[in-house]
Amino acid sequence: MLQLDGIDLCLSGTPILDGVSVEVKAAQVVVVLGPNGAGKSSLLKVASGEVEATGGRVTFNDQLLSNYSAREKALHMSVLPQQSSLTFPFLVRDVVVLGRTPHATGTAIDQDIVEKALVATDAWYLRDQYYTNLSGGEKQRVQMARVLAQVWRATDDAMRLAILDEPTSALDYAHQQLVAKLLRQSADAGVSILTAMHDLNLAAQCADVMVLMCCGRVHAVGTPEEVLQEEILREVFQVKFHRITHPQSGRPWLVT
Amino acid sequence: MQRLSAKYLLQTLAITLPLAVLLGIIVGPEIIFPFVASADSSTISNQLIIEQIRLPRTLLAALVGATLAVAGVMMQGLFRNPLADPSLIGVSSGASAGASFVIVLGAGWIGGHELLGVSAVAVGAFLGAVSATFLVYRLAASATGTSVATMLLAGIAISALAGAINSYFSFIADNHMLRQISLWQMGSLSSASWSRVIMAAVILGSLFLWVPRYAVALNAFLLGESEARHLGVDVDRIKIQIIVVVALAVGVCVALTGTIAFVGLITPHMVRMLIGPDHKGLIPCSMLAGAILLVLADALSRYVLAPGELPIGVVTALLGAPFFLSLLYRQRAILGER
Repeated sequence: MLQLDGIDLCLSGTPILDGVSVEVKAAQVVVVLGPNGAGKSSLLKVASGEVEATGGRVTFNDQLLSNYSAREKALHMSVLPQQSSLTFPFLVRDVVVLGRTPHATGTAIDQDIVEKALVATDAWYLRDQYYTNLSGGEKQRVQMARVLAQVWRATDDAMRLAILDEPTSALDYAHQQLVAKLLRQSADAGVSILTAMHDLNLAAQCADVMVLMCCGRVHAVGTPEEVLQEEILREVFQVKFHRITHPQSGRPWLVT
Repeated sequence: MQRLSAKYLLQTLAITLPLAVLLGIIVGPEIIFPFVASADSSTISNQLIIEQIRLPRTLLAALVGATLAVAGVMMQGLFRNPLADPSLIGVSSGASAGASFVIVLGAGWIGGHELLGVSAVAVGAFLGAVSATFLVYRLAASATGTSVATMLLAGIAISALAGAINSYFSFIADNHMLRQISLWQMGSLSSASWSRVIMAAVILGSLFLWVPRYAVALNAFLLGESEARHLGVDVDRIKIQIIVVVALAVGVCVALTGTIAFVGLITPHMVRMLIGPDHKGLIPCSMLAGAILLVLADALSRYVLAPGELPIGVVTALLGAPFFLSLLYRQRAILGER
């Protein structure tokens, strides 16, 4: 499991995170929510080891995250950044193959995983197109497939984790739903998910644990039932929400 | 434009290279066909021309061309910019400054002495290239790793500084030195000798065996630096290694032949348009393509103004630019406005 304990983060004197503790257990989807600048991305960056926390400790599979070598970590943890800067005209399938970089599973297995990952994100039909010619949403799905391909297959008993920073920001409704389902399925298949999102209802569909952040602190943490309270949400987002129950899924649904 | 498979291109280039080398031996101020046996005296002198002049020169062209091309591949991958080339990290301008320094100030106390078959100018160029790159690297290195963006800016600044030093030496040089400086900057393979070819073959040949191991890391780099890190690439170590390898390799080339522009920029580009950006194919194909390009350019440089000789840098630009433009044009026609 991934455990963040009392994380403090200061970037050039400005406090970004203040005593944040989050835990991601095996087969869980943990969604980090909060207004802009609440520290969601920074938290994910600390969790992935991209940024070193100024205080507190991060452990992954019972070892300090900072003790992992880049390659060891990459075997069990994959990361989807908010934006991608790939400007070289790779074919879509070649982009997803890059996700298999840390593994030495051989071409046949890699190709199989690439196909499954692309099918899962509904991007298989794009496989022979140039990545640079895709739309923003298509690119996001391809990158998602790359990140999932990296942790698709268990290498040992240790927990696998995908850290996704706003994976649905460029997607249409249908694909947002698809990704929400995919996150759920991935967690059930053994890949835990730590993700930041803006859409509360989408998060409610897939989250086991919600972490509601505000001004660099954890404001509320718990199941969607517990966190999505009208009162709490108004304090954090300064917006008046009405909570109803989704007629089919029975999960909370918020209307502004 | 339909992409070729890397294997197919590699095979084609591997067949083309010996043909290009053969052409490089045949073509010159006088067309000489090797392996034509007869006993008269002109054949013997022709034999000598081929053995002592054209063959080492053509081989040197192939080695230098391959090195410049692969250095271009690594720079473009490292900077994630298809317009990058080794001159970005100050190699070329540093070499120029080092060479001018020796030509202008060194002539007095070094004279025309050679060290292990390498002239003092070459040594000056090599030291200039390596120290400029070292400076650029030190400026960009910080506690949190090396920023590629800072390196780019430091490269521009150091290049400007080296350019100023170079201009200063050109200014105080006499006419003979000035001509030497400007000819050196246009590049030339005329100093090729067997001792130099062997030296280049040892240094650059080992490099060719070493470089393909960066293919996977460079592919990951194209996604972005932090993405590469998350894919398990030891980004900071690889970055240092690539810079050291490029500085040494290009430093050796520049020392032997002067600055030959364009090969490092254009060859990876051409190969990428043909087979795509995957470094597993790009690195070996660019080596062969760069070798072929420079061998042909050298042959042309000896033929066009015979018995005189056109500077090789002029030829590479004249040969490469139109080809590059035609590829660019065809690609634009297929991909539309993008």
